[in-house]
Amino acid sequence: MSTITYREALREAIREALIADERVFVMGEDVGHYGGSYAVTLGLLEEFGPERIRDTPLSESGFVGAGIGAALGGMRPIVEVMTVNFSLLALDQIMNNAASLLYMSGGQFNVPLVIRMATGAGRQVAAQHSHSLEGWYAHIPGLRVLAPATLDDARAMLAPALDDPDPVLIFEHAMLYGTEGELTDDAHTRDITSAAIRRRGEDVTIVAYGGTLRVALGAAEVLAREGVDAEVVDLRSLRPLDTSTILTAVSRTHRAVVVDEGWRSGSLSAEVASRITEGVFYDLDAPVARVCGAEVPMPYAKHLEDAAMPQVADVVAAVHALGA
Amino acid sequence: MSGSSDAPEVEPGAASVEPGRSVHLLSEMLRVRRFEERCVELYSHQAIRGFLHLAIGEEACCVGVMQALDPEDAVVATYREHGHALARGISMRAALAELEGRVEGCSRGRGGSMHLFDAATRFFGGNAIVAGGLPLAVGLALADHLSGRHRVTACFFGDGAVAEGEFHEAMNLAALWHLPVLFCCENNLYAMGTALEFTESETDLSLKAASYRMASWHVDGMDVLAVSEAAREAADAVRAGGGPHFLEMRTYRFRSHSMYDPDRYRDKAEIDRWRSRDPIDQLRVQLVARGVLTDADVERMESAIADEVLDAVDFAAGGTDEPVADLGRFVTSTPGGAT
Repeated sequence: MSTITYREALREAIREALIADERVFVMGEDVGHYGGSYAVTLGLLEEFGPERIRDTPLSESGFVGAGIGAALGGMRPIVEVMTVNFSLLALDQIMNNAASLLYMSGGQFNVPLVIRMATGAGRQVAAQHSHSLEGWYAHIPGLRVLAPATLDDARAMLAPALDDPDPVLIFEHAMLYGTEGELTDDAHTRDITSAAIRRRGEDVTIVAYGGTLRVALGAAEVLAREGVDAEVVDLRSLRPLDTSTILTAVSRTHRAVVVDEGWRSGSLSAEVASRITEGVFYDLDAPVARVCGAEVPMPYAKHLEDAAMPQVADVVAAVHALGA
Repeated sequence: MSGSSDAPEVEPGAASVEPGRSVHLLSEMLRVRRFEERCVELYSHQAIRGFLHLAIGEEACCVGVMQALDPEDAVVATYREHGHALARGISMRAALAELEGRVEGCSRGRGGSMHLFDAATRFFGGNAIVAGGLPLAVGLALADHLSGRHRVTACFFGDGAVAEGEFHEAMNLAALWHLPVLFCCENNLYAMGTALEFTESETDLSLKAASYRMASWHVDGMDVLAVSEAAREAADAVRAGGGPHFLEMRTYRFRSHSMYDPDRYRDKAEIDRWRSRDPIDQLRVQLVARGVLTDADVERMESAIADEVLDAVDFAAGGTDEPVADLGRFVTSTPGGAT
């Protein structure tokens, strides 16, 4: 079986959607002639033409809002925003319109829109291109928020996201685009609501998503060599959260570490930890631990950037601290 | 109508409008006026709460433009949109029930005064973020363009919107992609309580649109005949593939920004000057003088509208509250969706 990269898996999913449904089109900064700032849409302009692979000006609010309007008008837009930091320029449209129109209109106007964007640090692009703000979006009722952490999910999540009658945000960690491997049967799953158990274990549950999944799995390997058997839960969907899968795992392992590249205060990790405490407090042998991004604007220097991101050693240390 | 750029010169005025249509325009403006006057009373009785933005004085804009639209066209409006909703065909019953928070309201009581929506008339709100509706209008027009449909999206906004980035982003996108949007700027000279001269380096708003290489016209927003003629011409051009058009209507709201506004920023002489150009009075006097209507005709019109308003008041008062158990309904399309 041939290997595929994360960006190629995303591209295959987009291609498939463009072929399958005339209503689908791609819109965003540099998606066409440039080929996508992360080369996800490379070659699609040549194949599908400029009407369906639509380069936009640097007008995040304008083209995200236009995506919402096009969705209202019966299309199925895939809007690409270059990075999550830039998406803040479109936050008005995402929250005040995409997430709210169905409710404000008493159920009359749904917004079948997919917005993709890069998130996360690791490329030394500093404090305006590197944050993990998906937790903010996961705060907003009316949005579905996905974080494909694997090649299979990069390939699989777009089609069901496009079928969703409501807005879906897909966060692609910037460090994952070049990862390479083989697809499995899971590349055809239609499931965008469940968390996945990426590693079975008995002693501690490590909850991660997106870019931190590989950190969690790396920590689990180190722990395994020490005789600690870690279960790793990949959230996959940040909103809604698959609370049941998380609680089932933690109630069995009695310890939990939540790994989140986002800032700790008011974060997605806080939400997950809170749900564990609310749901299975009496099954816990130790307080829920968190490994989060440092609460700093992301620095440029490599050693500082590394220090600001959750690392394998941090997760291993957190597990040790729980007495596992 | 005057052109800021390449606009054709059109002679507005009553002579070019056939009498039946003029009477209809008067009736529509009166419906909006009497509806909003009743809203003031209902607000003082606390049947309507929250923000209530009235467009009394500005009726010629919404009524005039709406004549140019077909049923399959789309409308995007602002939070001062009672008149747009009524003129587009949302019933007084559904609008007033919405203002009173009833489930019979056009947004099931979820939106209130600022968020009137109606799928049947393709009325996409009721957008209370200033300029937030412009990108939506661009998108609706983009969908029509991509689907090969010859529809118009009429997008209303005030003069305050031109200071927002979304205005400029939307202007550029619409012109760049040659999309069928009719941008309708209701310039009432004040962004809430701050006059245009204090907020804009260039106060000729149609010039701003023209800078995006868009056909850009301005028209007397107190003259419904002029507005409807200009809107008809602009909408026809948009529908025929002429790209986006910008229509600035120079108008004035006679009342304060909202029910909370003490209106300290305008002097009485200015308000009186504009009141003397009341779009309803002007047209009524004109039609009576021309013999198109008699005073008795006007009375009958008023009486029919009063009945319609009263019927809506009764309907809203007798409306039902949505069960609290349904609080979470419509956050997503499917129950138990992404919540």
